Amino acid sequence: MNKMSKLLVTEKEIVVPGEVLAEGMDNLPGVGTYRDGDKILAGRLGLTYIDGRTLKLIPLSGRYNPKKNDIIIGKVIDISFSGWRIDTNSAYSAMMSISEASSSYIQKGADLTQYFNLGDYLVCGITNVTSQKLIDVSAKGPGLHKIKGGRVIEVSPYKVPRIIGKQGSMVSMLKQASGCKIIVGQNGLVWVEGEPDKELLVERTIRKIEDESHLKGLTDKIQKFLEKETGVKLGGPQ
Amino acid sequence: MSYKKRLDGRGFEEFRKVEAKVGVIKRADGSAYFKFGNTWAYAAVYGPRNLYPRFLQDPSKGILRCNYNMMPFSSSGERVRPGGSRRSKEISMVTAKALLPVLNLEEYPNSVVDVFIELPETEAGSRTAGINAAAMALADAGLLMKDLVSSVSVGRVDDKILVDLDYSEESYEDGPVADIPIAIMPSSGKITLLQMDGLVSKEQLSKAIEMGKNACQKIYEIQKKALKEKYNNVKGDAE
Amino acid sequence: MNEDLKQHVIALLESDKRLDGRKPLEYRKPLKVEYGFTKTAEGSAKVTLGDTEILVGVKLEVGEPYPDSPGEGTIIVGAELLPMSNPEFESGPPGIQAIEIARVIDRGIRESKTIDFKKLCIKEGEHVWLVIIDAISLNDAGNLFDSAALCAYAALQNTVFPKFDGEKVIYKEKTSKKLPLKNIPLSVTVCKIGNKYLVDPTTEEEKVIDARLTVATIEDGTLCALQKGGEAPLTQEDIDKMIDIGVEKGKELRGALKNG
Repeated sequence: MNKMSKLLVTEKEIVVPGEVLAEGMDNLPGVGTYRDGDKILAGRLGLTYIDGRTLKLIPLSGRYNPKKNDIIIGKVIDISFSGWRIDTNSAYSAMMSISEASSSYIQKGADLTQYFNLGDYLVCGITNVTSQKLIDVSAKGPGLHKIKGGRVIEVSPYKVPRIIGKQGSMVSMLKQASGCKIIVGQNGLVWVEGEPDKELLVERTIRKIEDESHLKGLTDKIQKFLEKETGVKLGGPQ
Repeated sequence: MSYKKRLDGRGFEEFRKVEAKVGVIKRADGSAYFKFGNTWAYAAVYGPRNLYPRFLQDPSKGILRCNYNMMPFSSSGERVRPGGSRRSKEISMVTAKALLPVLNLEEYPNSVVDVFIELPETEAGSRTAGINAAAMALADAGLLMKDLVSSVSVGRVDDKILVDLDYSEESYEDGPVADIPIAIMPSSGKITLLQMDGLVSKEQLSKAIEMGKNACQKIYEIQKKALKEKYNNVKGDAE
Repeated sequence: MNEDLKQHVIALLESDKRLDGRKPLEYRKPLKVEYGFTKTAEGSAKVTLGDTEILVGVKLEVGEPYPDSPGEGTIIVGAELLPMSNPEFESGPPGIQAIEIARVIDRGIRESKTIDFKKLCIKEGEHVWLVIIDAISLNDAGNLFDSAALCAYAALQNTVFPKFDGEKVIYKEKTSKKLPLKNIPLSVTVCKIGNKYLVDPTTEEEKVIDARLTVATIEDGTLCALQKGGEAPLTQEDIDKMIDIGVEKGKELRGALKNG
């Protein structure tokens, strides 16, 4: 008996857990979906993405899920003799060992608070995530360092790509307009440093991007908004 | 004396006026409310998040914690003493058991998913409203789940089987009454909550479960719609 | 990083601005009061202040009066800061934060004599009405003090007596008799950070305030309750200025409470 395969959803459709996405054996269940008999069902609330024959779901919400190679903004929550425990803004904290904290050599028995103290924020990279969600991070390497001053704000992790923009175009524009240093962590934490007024502007703009992330032509809209707020003409997208 | 017509004029298979909304508690990772008539349940989800103390952690999967609570002014009779009761603890437990089968908690080892259900107004069917709200809140929180869970109370009043008993029907005194809360996983029809209070024959129970499942499918459509309504603005995100 | 955050907040306040762009003495928008959100309570109200949401329900019970005031009823105020409303709140009985909020609301009502306790008497020495006010936080985005107080006073405005048949209360039958009220109080919490004052703090601002003064006033500006909180001391000058702000802002907030 040859049953006809049927795709029941289109691209960029919002589906809820348990919703039938396809029938038959032609399609493959990708991330966020699963197969039950001859049906493929949604395994979470998400946005459909059809990749050839594979059905995937893009998350629309949820806390940060730590992934290897992500650059995140972490916070030191504990110090032991072997290193630092880092809050990653997820359900799992990470470990940064002495050998991964700095490109300069740290002696055994050195006072670790001199490097990173409790409550310090830092830009670090996730080097490993085990199946038990044990996480290792490193602050060794270009662009990875302790953060001083400025302000850390929290955004929804799934809005991060929008805030960074295609090839960094959105965040570059923000930097140009505000004169602020900005680092966007994949874990939904954003560090901003500059004049207090301009930091406020960056935060307001980021909230605007969050609220209007679904609209087309967002980059242009934000450019116009920033030009109006600062009186500075911005270069077009690179 | 037979219970011929429902006191509020509803059809036997008709549930009370339903209202469902998602994303109602901003600080929570996921939230929703669900109303059956004058029974109103809020649900808020925090998780997956850190679980302390350490000894409670399970390295093979995340833990689900449910807390069902009626607000002091939620009863149309006397004030409800804050602090929970044995009844609310039991409801917390069956609610968790009703939701567990759909959640993929193995993806979240050593963590906890907290579900808080709070009711500002209760007039029969509070645990079912709570489950409906909690299922939407869990989906809103982006958790991996195979299905939603949909729930309704079916009942027997005299010789009639009815969907969504209200307070007056629960306390009907002129004949036998049974209250049967039920919850299902809509895509498979499997039952995750079943309780029964009262007197009922096996045939009546079968009929009640059948009617309950049908009602739950309609409730699933309402939950689906509420979830999509919150998010139907975000299509542009994937660009 | 709280020190960093604090320096930030202080730097912004130097140019009269706050983290969310507001002026120091500006309340968040929206400020909404909804009356009667639930049919089960004898009186109820919901307050939205920015993202902070509070519910208050009033239940009326009949009990015996206290032996030293046989002809008077009384009020009992409780507050619950639900873990649902803030990931930092724990389950369990009300902690000191909830207790303080409840007691400050209580004092506002008691000292302003909003309710004439003698009017709560049914039969002297035997039966009096107990007005039980429960404030529940739904979403905490800061300033639970003022929003809970505003909500409690609004819920009282909405409260109607149920029927009492001489022995027990028949809740299903509501009378048309409203709870008699006068001199409704208004609470404004004024915060001090560095040497600047502000009102309506967000949860972030609450973490870095040095001290606060909750000022409750009745309609003509007379003070009916005060509560200082926070770890830093206040000078006499601070207190004078903060009371002035409290009285002025009280008048402004009063507009949010209708007469119904």
